[in-house]
Amino acid sequence: MLRRTTRENFVRAMIIRAMIAAGLLWAGPVGAQPADQTEKEIEKYREMISDPMANPAYLNVDRGEILWAQKRGSKNVSLETCDLGEGAGKVEGAYARLPRYFADADRVMDLEQRLLWCMDKIQGLDTADVIKRRFSGPGVTSDMEDLVAYIANKSSGMKLSAPVSHPKEQEMYAVGEAMFYRRSSISDFSCATCHSEDGKRIRLQALPNLSVPGKAAQETMGSWPTYRVSQSQTRTMQHRLWDCYRQMRMPIPDYASDGITALTVYLTKKAEGGEILVPSIKR
Amino acid sequence: MQTKFIISALAAVAAQLLLPTEGSAQQPAPVSPQVVEAYVKGTWKSPPEGWQSRIDQDETQKLCSQYRNSPPANIAQNIVAREKATVVFPADGKVLGNWKDGEKVAQTGTGGQFTDPPDAVKGGNCYACHQMAAKELSFGTLGPSLVEYGKIRKYKPEEAKETYAKIFNAQSVQACSNMPRFGYHKFLTEQQMKDVTAYLFDPESPVNKP
Repeated sequence: MLRRTTRENFVRAMIIRAMIAAGLLWAGPVGAQPADQTEKEIEKYREMISDPMANPAYLNVDRGEILWAQKRGSKNVSLETCDLGEGAGKVEGAYARLPRYFADADRVMDLEQRLLWCMDKIQGLDTADVIKRRFSGPGVTSDMEDLVAYIANKSSGMKLSAPVSHPKEQEMYAVGEAMFYRRSSISDFSCATCHSEDGKRIRLQALPNLSVPGKAAQETMGSWPTYRVSQSQTRTMQHRLWDCYRQMRMPIPDYASDGITALTVYLTKKAEGGEILVPSIKR
Repeated sequence: MQTKFIISALAAVAAQLLLPTEGSAQQPAPVSPQVVEAYVKGTWKSPPEGWQSRIDQDETQKLCSQYRNSPPANIAQNIVAREKATVVFPADGKVLGNWKDGEKVAQTGTGGQFTDPPDAVKGGNCYACHQMAAKELSFGTLGPSLVEYGKIRKYKPEEAKETYAKIFNAQSVQACSNMPRFGYHKFLTEQQMKDVTAYLFDPESPVNKP
């Protein structure tokens, strides 16, 4: 389990951030090497960046912890009474059972949808600005990335076990499955184009088979949110799916829309039982 | 009385057979296409002008999604026939362009993404899925290896023509192929498709060097 104190996280994250900035964590271009050598180099690089002690995403965890307790919105209250599914204010283990059905909203929600709901209903916070900053960038922090990193970290070491039992959860699963196989746009791609066979690659990037339950789906879904070294930012599953649809040449999917949650329900079900180790760090 | 007993016994057996197994209980009943499309609509509420057609499916995309790329033989035949009719060959009949430009098209993966400027150079991104020149180590494996593609086909003009058609519309050859229909969607220009064909068929192309 990788839950640490705020201070410790901060110091480590700062050191590593500086190392990344200095290019020390970049293994360099692959160059003209024999294929097995290339594979070894890639593996070495993956190991290097997957060191959890060297993960700047713990900065997000710390900021998220502060944001969770911060009084905001027209009602000037914190999110500490927000029910993430395990009871009002209970953060521990909540992420492991999301997305799920919430009776008060009569909807299935992923963590980000639920946080927006709580900001609106509990805090009276205008979420337009929060949504505008949904993905961080140079000089822009994201409340959502911070909160998700904090909340998800409180499920680290637990197993993915989102329920698919309520009729609305079942509908979400079925829609997510249909969307996974739905081909469209100018490349005729679906999620399944890249993610329905074992051992495939795009260029040198390994592609997890997400069409069947098992290790590939578990390791994938159990490792988000993650710090993306290539983007120098911490990203959530909302961003990962946004990025997939970019590559599929689709228009931008609406943030925190039900279609994205449906896909997340489907993928999380395929990953059921997988260990959550977050925030992780990836290419 | 006996008849009644037999009927109820049969009913009990039938009920047993109809009971969902443990495995199928895990799989929620499929939803109607209308429900799925309502979710899709809700996920892309207001796409930029000209992008709605990327969300809506054409008949082939619909069928390939429905059958998860393994349509029954008669439907596969219909798809191939329909897609074949869309293929437009260069007016002068020449399908071979410049292999050096073709290599650029094969290496380029930009164009058409919502983060790309509208005038971004579009590429075929062939290397994302295919091995081509043996010297290029950064290749994907979603599609078959194309190493020595032209050489293996003895550089036959009719094979080159077929390859141009495949690049233009992969489903004119194989129903529900994973490969994008580059010409059908007007994603690549005629010149780019000719150049890629040359990259595969020119004896001087690194694709045909061991």
